[in-house]
Amino acid sequence: MDSESLLLSLELASGSGQGLSPDRRASLLTSLLLVKRDYRYERVLFWGRILGLVADYYIAQGLGEDQLGERKSLYSLNCMEWSLLPPATEEMAAQTAVVKGRFMGDPSHEYEHIEMQRMTEGDRTYEDEVVIQIKEESRLVSVIDQIDKAVAIIPRGALFKTPFGPVHVNRTFEGLTLADSKKLSSYFHFVEPVELKNKSLLEKADLDPSLDFMDSLEHDIPKGSWSIQMERGNALVVLRSLLWPGLTFYHAPRTKNHGYIYVGTGEKNIDLPFML
Amino acid sequence: MEEQPQDEKKSQSRRQSLETREAQDRRRTLSQTPSVTGPTDVSARGSRGSLGAPPSRGSPGLPLSQKSSGAPGSQGSLGAPGEEATEGKPMESVPQMGSQSLHHLVGFVPSDVSMPETYAPMGGSQFGPYQPMDMSSDTFQPEPLLSSSSYLEEDEGSHGPYTIDDPLFRGSYMEPSFGPLDYELPEPEPRELMIQNAKAYLLKTSVKCDLSLYEHLVNLLTKILNERPEDPLAILESMNRTVQQDWFHKKLDTLRDDPEMQPTYEMAEKQKILFLRGAGEGEQEMEEEMTEIPVPNIIESAFYFEQAGVGLNSDETFRIFLSLKQLVEQQPVQKCRFWGKILGLQRNYLVAEVEFREGEEEEEEEEAEELVEGAGEGMEGRGEEEGEEDEEKDVDEPPKPTWKPPPVIPREDSRTGANKYLYFVCNEPGRPWTKLPHVTPAQIVNARKIKKFFTGHLDTPIVSYPPFPGTEASYLRAQIARISAGTQISPLGFYQFGEEEGDEEEEGGAGRDSYEENPDFEGIPVAELVDSLANWVHHTQHILPQGRCTWVNPNQKSEEEEELGEEGEKADELEEVEQEIGPPLLTPLSEDAEILQLAPWTARLSCPLCPQYSVAMIRSNLWPGAYAYAIGRKFENIYIGWGHKYSQENFNPTLPPAVQTEYVIGPETMEMADPTVEEEQALKAAQEQALAAAEEEEEDEEDEEDEDADD
Repeated sequence: MDSESLLLSLELASGSGQGLSPDRRASLLTSLLLVKRDYRYERVLFWGRILGLVADYYIAQGLGEDQLGERKSLYSLNCMEWSLLPPATEEMAAQTAVVKGRFMGDPSHEYEHIEMQRMTEGDRTYEDEVVIQIKEESRLVSVIDQIDKAVAIIPRGALFKTPFGPVHVNRTFEGLTLADSKKLSSYFHFVEPVELKNKSLLEKADLDPSLDFMDSLEHDIPKGSWSIQMERGNALVVLRSLLWPGLTFYHAPRTKNHGYIYVGTGEKNIDLPFML
Repeated sequence: MEEQPQDEKKSQSRRQSLETREAQDRRRTLSQTPSVTGPTDVSARGSRGSLGAPPSRGSPGLPLSQKSSGAPGSQGSLGAPGEEATEGKPMESVPQMGSQSLHHLVGFVPSDVSMPETYAPMGGSQFGPYQPMDMSSDTFQPEPLLSSSSYLEEDEGSHGPYTIDDPLFRGSYMEPSFGPLDYELPEPEPRELMIQNAKAYLLKTSVKCDLSLYEHLVNLLTKILNERPEDPLAILESMNRTVQQDWFHKKLDTLRDDPEMQPTYEMAEKQKILFLRGAGEGEQEMEEEMTEIPVPNIIESAFYFEQAGVGLNSDETFRIFLSLKQLVEQQPVQKCRFWGKILGLQRNYLVAEVEFREGEEEEEEEEAEELVEGAGEGMEGRGEEEGEEDEEKDVDEPPKPTWKPPPVIPREDSRTGANKYLYFVCNEPGRPWTKLPHVTPAQIVNARKIKKFFTGHLDTPIVSYPPFPGTEASYLRAQIARISAGTQISPLGFYQFGEEEGDEEEEGGAGRDSYEENPDFEGIPVAELVDSLANWVHHTQHILPQGRCTWVNPNQKSEEEEELGEEGEKADELEEVEQEIGPPLLTPLSEDAEILQLAPWTARLSCPLCPQYSVAMIRSNLWPGAYAYAIGRKFENIYIGWGHKYSQENFNPTLPPAVQTEYVIGPETMEMADPTVEEEQALKAAQEQALAAAEEEEEDEEDEEDEDADD
């Protein structure tokens, strides 16, 4: 959610039960402003909160001119002092995929993972147990990246692509209509498209290249991993992800307000196919 | 419509300003007389609408490339009543047309009425080519009616040399009434023809609609000029789209309701009823309400939970409060508590925990039981008839299975154990509350084995393995029971056991199951509550693996059946069932089992920045979504979540049981291979050897006996 409309966004997203206490809200308002100034970001989004055992991580993201460009993530333990996180790489993702369980809440905590590795010494090859240390910070980075790639969403029309390439916020976005807001196809993943290129030319002919340049939620696997609800009697549409429980996206139809927030444990819900 | 010609005019006038100056000079000498008639027209028109408009237009000045020197002067003169303006300077006004057109661009006031004022000093002509599209309407929407031909027609009454020096008019069929001036009007150049053609092309209406490109561009530019966005070029395409949409999707009439908003309005109506107080309220009722209504103070709890960062926002909480009040009025409720919110796929559930007044609920229970029994008797009657028929047949019957289903564990009585409270659910505040049925142990046992999302509709069937005995209502109730048993906690000392305690042995080792509030409880300091988990205790009974809170030996009933039924078979199958014991009531949290080295509870101060006023908040790691707060003498539990337990490993559904054996496996039923010839011979040889050995022994013995006998 945009840091500029933080309070309103928190109100609208509170249907999932998790919010922020007043002192956190106050500190966020101040500190995000300073972050925007110090790092020279165009927009600062409050991404959410990852619940750890000892402490919680508060995550914010900064965007440059190009909305789909590189995103910098920052974390804080007390909503006041923010530290930049390194960008996510594939090796990090592979490495941290083995770590399971809750986050500790201490960024310097190291998970120990025991792996059997083949070592060759001369003629002999034997398997040896190797203890790999994985830092919680890398785990945090890759989890944020995974969540972003999987479930960060934006309504259709909120961003548009200019002919030169960069993606901008659409100032004339008036909101989705009520009928559109109940359809999954009106929402896009807020990342570089993956499936768009695989669409047939027939399908692409109906798309508007300045608005439909991201993947829509329609073809997400598993089917049914989004729960769409209208709250407040149709005045607010809330999408909750079932794959990463804790991600809430809200949008007030016919208005410009939209945003998403993740408040959860940072673990994927692998049991989803059984639960549907 | 006004803008476009002015644009053209501007560029053209720049090009042709030199030319026009010469023409103007010539006209200057000749236009004295016609200008007399001008002022009258002007004044007539001047009485309409705002004369004040021209001055405002005059002031933006002339950063425009008009080279006429008289321009500032004549601009000022335009502000004055038109009479002076026209006198002597109609020719000046011609270049003013160019500058005015620019003025229109710069300082445009969207009132079409003033437009003709500027043309008034042009003398004679009704309206120039800048005739506003709609004189009467206030909006700037041009109508598709007027096209290039219309204003051309109107100019027939005008005098040639006094019309505006509009290149568009050159070469038109407008006859100049003064012959000698003909030669002074320049021939229509190819360029002007091109311009006319271009404009005609732009005015062509589109096939799909009545809009022409020309009008659309006018709309677009008008919108941009009206709204003045910051970087118009960057958002040009979006504005383009918006203008197109606006044209096609006009707002609905005020007489008709918006069909899309219908459900919203319905919901709002329902919620309005909540806010209205019942009819016939008097002061007496007010007093009654203040004392007796057992509606919980959830607004206060919501405030404390908010300090901890949990909970719904304040207006939703208030609506929940009002709907709880409605529930309390409709049902005979003695105690009521807001249990929490369970999220579902399509709708959510708001759950209220309720205790009925004594005696109210049992009537309903009895009715339900009678129904069940009646149904059972009906079944039995039918069974007997079938039995008689079978006896007649007697012979060709398939073997009856000897498997008897395991005995059904009876559910706990109301107000005890897992059924201590009654639960009501509703989907949204304003909708009616539905009562959930009591939970049976079988449901709890099955609920532990499956993991399903709630859809939000109570009658959805649960399709799972092992098959869940019931619909979503029962599954919901079972989960509520499990969550309550696992996460309802209170500070140590808030509840204490009653003084009349039965012997533990009498109750079958189940422990005490009742508690009462401790009037002397003084509250534990928040810091201590956060530091040590031993300061919190569970105040709901743990549910045993059997599915109940108090253990029941399932074989007790089977003994009764033994007496009635056959003997012998049952005795073999009677298993030794161990009594299941769970932790007793009011166990501190420190005794809770860990989840794979993970602490089951996390306790925090709500606000580390001001510890003296903060609230102790504790959340469960086993049931994510369960929270409790405590401060001083107040505490409360709430659950907001999906309704599932947390487990680090993946969910492994129960596998179906192995295929049952049809027959006993043994030598009688197993097929054995016949011995081969070699084996038989070998066996024979072995037997003969054994015989031979036996004979030799006999002979040896006989020999020995003989020898002995001989001696």
